[in-house]
Amino acid sequence: MFYREAGDFNTSYAEDQQTFPIKFDRYRYYVVLFIAIVIIPFVINDYWANSLLLPFLIYAIAALGLNILVGYCGQVSLGTGGFMAVGAYSCYKFMTGVDIWWGGELLFRLPEFNIFFSIIMGGVMTAIVGVLFGLPSLRIKGFYLAVATLAAQFFLVWLFNRVAWFYNYSASGQISAPERELFGVLITGPSTPAWATYLFCLFFTVVCAIVARNMTRGAAGRKWMAIRDMDIAAEIIGVNPLRAKLTAFAVSSFFIGISGALFFAVYLGAVEVGEAFSITKSFLVLFMIIIGGLGSIFGSFAGAAFLVVLPVALKIVGVDWFGWPTDIVAHLQLVVVGGLIVIFLIAEPHGIAQLWRVAKEKLRLWPFPH
Amino acid sequence: MKYKLGTMAVATMMAASPVMADLVFPSLSYRTGPYAAGGIPFADGYADYFTMLNARDGGIGGVMTKVLECETGYNTEKGVECYESTKGEGSLVYQPLSTGITYQLIPKTTADNIPMHTMGYGRTSAANGDVFSHTFNYPANYWNGASGAVNYLLNENGGSLEGKKIALVYHNSAYGKEPIRTLTELSKKHGFEFKEVPVDHPGQEQKSQWLQIRRDKPDYVIMYGWGVMNQVAVQEAANIRFPMENFIGIWWSGSENDVLAAGDAANGYKALTFHGVGDDFPVFDDIKKHVVDAGNAAGAGDQIGTVLYNRGLYAAMLAAEAVKTAQEIHGVADITAAQMRDGMEALSITEEKMAALGLPNFGPSFDVSCANHGGEGYVGVTQWDASAKSWSLISDFAPSDMDVIGALVAEDSAAYAAENNIESSCK
Repeated sequence: MFYREAGDFNTSYAEDQQTFPIKFDRYRYYVVLFIAIVIIPFVINDYWANSLLLPFLIYAIAALGLNILVGYCGQVSLGTGGFMAVGAYSCYKFMTGVDIWWGGELLFRLPEFNIFFSIIMGGVMTAIVGVLFGLPSLRIKGFYLAVATLAAQFFLVWLFNRVAWFYNYSASGQISAPERELFGVLITGPSTPAWATYLFCLFFTVVCAIVARNMTRGAAGRKWMAIRDMDIAAEIIGVNPLRAKLTAFAVSSFFIGISGALFFAVYLGAVEVGEAFSITKSFLVLFMIIIGGLGSIFGSFAGAAFLVVLPVALKIVGVDWFGWPTDIVAHLQLVVVGGLIVIFLIAEPHGIAQLWRVAKEKLRLWPFPH
Repeated sequence: MKYKLGTMAVATMMAASPVMADLVFPSLSYRTGPYAAGGIPFADGYADYFTMLNARDGGIGGVMTKVLECETGYNTEKGVECYESTKGEGSLVYQPLSTGITYQLIPKTTADNIPMHTMGYGRTSAANGDVFSHTFNYPANYWNGASGAVNYLLNENGGSLEGKKIALVYHNSAYGKEPIRTLTELSKKHGFEFKEVPVDHPGQEQKSQWLQIRRDKPDYVIMYGWGVMNQVAVQEAANIRFPMENFIGIWWSGSENDVLAAGDAANGYKALTFHGVGDDFPVFDDIKKHVVDAGNAAGAGDQIGTVLYNRGLYAAMLAAEAVKTAQEIHGVADITAAQMRDGMEALSITEEKMAALGLPNFGPSFDVSCANHGGEGYVGVTQWDASAKSWSLISDFAPSDMDVIGALVAEDSAAYAAENNIESSCK
């Protein structure tokens, strides 16, 4: 009934190759975008923005990035938290003006970047760092690569805690985002309007998703998937593993860096590296893509939404409706989230994205059983 | 039913209907996570004091109090969620009990015109009310603590620390790094050698740090730790036979949780404080009568009289006194957050006031003003008696070196003001 090609005639290659070839699906996508861009900014308030929508959008970018690396290219990474930290600290340095010292003297100082370009620079710097830490992936695979990226996680966090230059020599070692504006509207700092931060993050999320979608179904993505499925076979058919793996690391780290920069500058406003970008962050994003669905763009969004919304929803149900003690609810959250991860891994190893696919297939046949 | 649930969901989630009939005190507590052992007694003490005020006096100035508890797990993201979900409920003052969350909330609370009280933690230079208009950290801050410890050691050594070696074992985070600058300055002033020994979160593994201490043989060790790091440090100090009376913790490293695990070996360990210890104060009789016996104790009710419970109670008492001050200034009983800020800024705690509240000599007496949000910074020292399993105050609340601290506060707050374009708020 729904999701059918019937009556949908493509007359050009471009139409045939578009992301959502089925008309129904395409309109649903436009409706989602319309609601996100046109309706939500008018009804949003601080609570919705800071508790649900900003973390969802930012984690969605991180999940997209990790999904490219793990889901599409098959390189397991536990360094997400460290790479997000690179994004955050580069963004901070660029937005406050990078100072270069040599022999105890200030050599020169870059002008302060606009917040938009600071965030892009956060992504670029993370891509470079990601490529560096991706180099071992040419020699080691699987669990061993996971351990190598784990080293990146610990090294980067240690570095940002240790070298005072990264936090501009502040007494506490925290970085805090000063007020910055884009087109005269505040984007960072305490007095930002909720709609502005939301639209700013939404812009990055949508662009990242479109880029990721088109990369993964193009030549680059096919190479990644070939490497994932069998690297020797891929090499024999002419995929250069060096380029494929390093581009996957670069693109993935770029997205993760963007999300780290947004996480620091727009969402939290002040971070401390050991607390905000610890190993738990790496696991959180990994859980997002496992629950959402490895190798799926939609899965990245579904997983991020699931792990951001679920704790808040549980808290509202437990504390605000039933009036249970806060610690019981917090423990219950751990039980429920942990239990759901186990259930998902057993019942639907391909994640929410697979559920979505199955649902679409059912809808095509509905109301008939076959 | 479905409709009802839906509207309830919308109402709770939008948090758009402020309940103005109560004096609302949000408690951003952490009863779970790696720092729960410290978070639980503080939250219990904070809640119990307000429960007692409601039961005994019918609230403050005739208006009932209400504690809104929100679990942060010492996590900054959850802290932001908690802040956003409670700020619309008429919240009067925030006390996040976490330096990380404090840094998030300093600009946010200022923009939302809600005061925040970070008692003995947070950003030390917030003591400069000229720059930090909505943040208060009376009666003492980290730098008072560092200086208080050095002053205490000066006293012990007949006024001179020349040639002595002092090591700082600290939690490698915003919190632990705070005292470094002060101690560096003080080491120049008093001629002692100062060594930094960082411990990474959560601090369960400190073998190498204590090996370093054993090798360097410092005369004194000062510790800025929190959570499990404290117990481990005390145990490791005992393992290398470091003399406990030369080991001084900040007030966050000086509760029962931190020393009980090491048993008798912890005997003689010292910690700084800015409030009294034990339950030998008249107010505890009221707590027992109106809260515990009535079955309204927060949490498990087993923390009463512990160091951190007392700190929560003290925080609640200071908040309640600020409410009374605000009620006097503005002549209304049901005050707003902005009026609460004025009350905090005009707060004056005297001996008589504390005695009248059933807390004689519980803390130092101090005055808050627009320029000084940190009080006078009087710090006392407590010592652990392992056989009696109790802390006792071994020195009076003594002044700290405000010449050094004042200059550092001015420098750090000026940097913050320049970075964020803040204009002087005191006329």
